[in-house]
Amino acid sequence: MKLTRLLTGLAAALATAMFIGLAAPAAVAQDNPAAAPAAPAAAPAATAPAAAAAAKPAPPATPACAGAVAAIPETDKFAAVPAVPAVLTNCTPSGGDTAWMLTSMALVLMMTIPGLGLFYGGMVRKKNVGDTVMTSFAITCLVTVLFAVVTYSLAFTAGSPFVGGFSRVFLQGILSDINNGGIGNPNSLAPTIPETVYMCFQMTFAIITPALIAGAFAERMKFSAMLWFIGLWAIFVYAPIAHWLWGPDGIFNSSNDAAWVKVLDFAGGTVVHINAGVAGLVAAIMLGKREDTGPGHNMVLTFIGAGLLWVGWFGFNAGSAVSAGVQAGMAMTVTQIATAVAALTWMFVEWGHRGKPTVIGICSGAVAGLVAITPASGFVGPIGAMAIGVACGVGCYWGATGLKHMFGYDDALDCFGVHGVGGMIGAFLTGVFAVQQYGGTAGLMEGNPHQVVNQCIGIITVIVYDAVVTVIILAIIKAVIGLRVSDEIERDGLDLALHGEVVH
Amino acid sequence: MAIIKPFKLEEVRDALTAIGVHGLTVTEVKGYGRQKGHTEIYRGAEYAVSFLPKLKIEVAVNADVADKVVEAIVAAARTGQIGDGKIFVYNLDSAVRIRTGETDKDAL
Repeated sequence: MKLTRLLTGLAAALATAMFIGLAAPAAVAQDNPAAAPAAPAAAPAATAPAAAAAAKPAPPATPACAGAVAAIPETDKFAAVPAVPAVLTNCTPSGGDTAWMLTSMALVLMMTIPGLGLFYGGMVRKKNVGDTVMTSFAITCLVTVLFAVVTYSLAFTAGSPFVGGFSRVFLQGILSDINNGGIGNPNSLAPTIPETVYMCFQMTFAIITPALIAGAFAERMKFSAMLWFIGLWAIFVYAPIAHWLWGPDGIFNSSNDAAWVKVLDFAGGTVVHINAGVAGLVAAIMLGKREDTGPGHNMVLTFIGAGLLWVGWFGFNAGSAVSAGVQAGMAMTVTQIATAVAALTWMFVEWGHRGKPTVIGICSGAVAGLVAITPASGFVGPIGAMAIGVACGVGCYWGATGLKHMFGYDDALDCFGVHGVGGMIGAFLTGVFAVQQYGGTAGLMEGNPHQVVNQCIGIITVIVYDAVVTVIILAIIKAVIGLRVSDEIERDGLDLALHGEVVH
Repeated sequence: MAIIKPFKLEEVRDALTAIGVHGLTVTEVKGYGRQKGHTEIYRGAEYAVSFLPKLKIEVAVNADVADKVVEAIVAAARTGQIGDGKIFVYNLDSAVRIRTGETDKDAL
């Protein structure tokens, strides 16, 4: 028993070391941006499918960003501060934007720890609380490392339309481009803040997405299998899908002129919520049902968690404007409205259907609203937000209470019912309620039915890719170390058996 | 009175209902027997927890069915592992149903 554990630990350490060993030379080889501003685009093009990208002179971000930097006169206010090196001065054109994005990063991190940990922790039974909150914490740490090592580069640098390059592996050169031509942040979505801030902000999104999946496999997955699953999923599912929607040359990026289909996803309806929801559904099916279930042990933890999620979501949605301006203001407004409407909707639907309004119900409704407004914030107005709130309040209530019983899978804390269903409703309705005046793209209500088609293409593609790769990852882990704890451990609780701790 | 493993409660209840027992009192208790405790970890230090959580169930029945009740509990609560618990049978002097004032057999 002890020997097995030791071997598992050694294997994990070895795998990490090998991975770093393999990746490092590649990173060094790529870490040569040269003088030409086009280097970030050209260098990663060494990867086979990126041949097309090499033809392009530079990622679309470059001109915008170079313009922004060039627009800052020599008498820039930062230049007056002698302690700040010139390199930082050049890559911080807007103090206001940077300050807001620093704040947003902290808010979004707060959504996972402690927000999501408490939200989920209150809904499991007492014997599994420790495992549930620790899952959020461990994922935060694991994804932080992976993001810095490779997934930031794979998701947010130019490479091919399908996946980014390796130019930022180990975050190398994250400031050096400034010295070599003053390019600044190479991402088209973040022209006015340092790339370090953009990277950290996106890191918190990469953290919460896999942490959401934990809701589906709660109370029965092996902790070791969970770590392998989340690590592989972050690299092989999250990174490419984030690149499709948000990468400078992604196939669905609405601000990429060369995109194949322009899909609107302001803050992660497809990248975060549909992605996590579908992976959760696959995990719930592949793990099988829990042996026995029961009511959550502490609704107040769920209440606190939902409150932290709501507050943190302003960093998530308003922060996704990547600026402290008009669009952030509207994103914040619609986030607040849609959340309140969805929470009320869920409460009244449950009241009518079951006879009583519940604490878990109104909290779940608020999270459903936050999920559904995520892709739409920044593109829709207050009226659209109300419509989205009602739609997801009803839809997610059905997802969490009707759908899963209809098909008999055990999505323990309704990861798919809330995030999958809510994400799809939000992503679809973004195409319906988008307003040209707010976000630059018209939706169906303004006579552009084409956007709805685009949204559907984005939703379906993400679902298919996510489901297929998640099945492969889980099947491999199942074959090698197994996914589930033994019946005995499940019965006595994961806390004592896996962690040697009990809550009280 | 019986001490059983907590997760066996539902099975015991079903078994008792099946033989016509219509009431049961459950208490969460801690104790030890041949099954020693387990260890919990706190910042690297191990702490021995020598009392394990069990459930105490109390059933009042007529003497003529007492054996049947004991058999039913044994059958339902047994896993064959150490720590399955024990059953103690003892005499009751009297019983009263508070609502009606019925006594003894009628009160059960």
